[in-house]
Amino acid sequence: MSDVLPTIPPDTSDSLAVLEKARSTAETFGIPLAVLLEITHRCPLQCPYCSNPVELDRSGKELTTEEWKKVLSELAEIGVLQVHFSGGEPTARKDLVELVKHASDVGLYTNLITSAVLLTREKLGELADAGLCHVQISFQGIEEGLADRVAGYKGGHRKKLEVAKWTRELDLPLTVNAVMHRQNLHQLPEIIQMSVDLDADRLEVANVQYYGWALKNRAALMPTVAQLDECTRLVEEARERLKGTLSIDYVVPDYYALRPKKCMGGWGRQFFNISPAGKVLPCHAAESITGLEFLSLRSNHSIAWIWQNSEAFNRYRGTGWMKEPCKTCEFREIDFGGCRCQAFALTGDAANTDPACALSPLHETIFKQAEREAEGETNRFLYRNFAGGTLEPGNDA
Amino acid sequence: MAGPRNISVGEASRPVLPRHAKLKYDETRKVWVILAPERVLAPDEIAVEVLQLCDGKRNVGDVADQLAAKYAAPREAILTDVIAMLQDLADKGFLTEIREKTP
Repeated sequence: MSDVLPTIPPDTSDSLAVLEKARSTAETFGIPLAVLLEITHRCPLQCPYCSNPVELDRSGKELTTEEWKKVLSELAEIGVLQVHFSGGEPTARKDLVELVKHASDVGLYTNLITSAVLLTREKLGELADAGLCHVQISFQGIEEGLADRVAGYKGGHRKKLEVAKWTRELDLPLTVNAVMHRQNLHQLPEIIQMSVDLDADRLEVANVQYYGWALKNRAALMPTVAQLDECTRLVEEARERLKGTLSIDYVVPDYYALRPKKCMGGWGRQFFNISPAGKVLPCHAAESITGLEFLSLRSNHSIAWIWQNSEAFNRYRGTGWMKEPCKTCEFREIDFGGCRCQAFALTGDAANTDPACALSPLHETIFKQAEREAEGETNRFLYRNFAGGTLEPGNDA
Repeated sequence: MAGPRNISVGEASRPVLPRHAKLKYDETRKVWVILAPERVLAPDEIAVEVLQLCDGKRNVGDVADQLAAKYAAPREAILTDVIAMLQDLADKGFLTEIREKTP
């Protein structure tokens, strides 16, 4: 079946589905196939690499049940096929079963992206009955000591193992999401084995991407080049060995690459997400770019209108916004100059070349800095929370 | 999954899509798709036809018979293609099979 497209290009930072054929509707800003719904920023975990913005939405700002249901109906109507219920921790919302049920009723394929620690077997059963199609559980390591320390949540690892087991008992497909960094990469062989033992269908080996919280924690998380090479070798070996048993998606940290990633498949091309407060965003880190105004669903615009016409989506679409060296680069329509959020975070201007690109004047400096940090002794985390972060107790050597 | 993993597709297999892989006609884009965990696959016309015949009752041989009759094409060639297509899907984790219950 030559036309079966693996829809996750290997070079994206995120494993959200897109169907991209050359000159397809997706390429001309058709409605994305999958949308990420960050239904809350509340989460009992405090992972130092959380993909949520540093400025979290408080619960009072979250869309109501009725508003989310309206969103789901509208998404199905305009041609979205899949939704990812994410957060924060999506199960922190009491109406999740109702939302999954509504999504199923309007014909959407539903994924749950969860830390699992708040789930009971009964609740998981209710979600399955509501039509949930797939469960993805994050793991922070292979044993409680490290895993619970990374998550800043005691007893979390044990609970995750339990929920993973229930997931398979309920005949739901399971993805293990393992976010990798310097302090847990040595556990990768066991994480792969754990995924097989848990009877998972998929494993995401996702190296940390350094925006927001992760950027604040870069010195404690950045892997060494040697670690990363070993990680790649292990993934390749496991993919071959476990073909047909466990499929493995692999995301590398772009700091050590020569070419930047085609972030989100290009700004406003294939992806949007909706924040807890109902903002429609080109990526989950987009709010970190100051000076862009992102429209909310509470404005009187439809989702399709915001996607097609809003200033924030159009700002970095295509190649017209580019400066040198992107502007005349032969790869400009291949990687679209990398990641706008990373360009903004590291250079102060989102229209600059992402420094992950070897053609960026800052590439060398940043690579060297990352290498130094990877060899450094800073291991304490700044935990993610609504207070702007809390430093892990203890002393670095 | 609706059945075992790591399957080897042969003439006697009775393959089916597992619960988490849904074959659906996408009205917006006017194409058939298979919805799977965080993926959307675009099967070609023949693949769609094959998958619609994979109902858990027919085996791969029956599917080949049916297609050979319909298209007046050599059965052996069709069988080879059907097995290759289904095996590819199975290797990606989007196909399972019905097996007789062992007592």
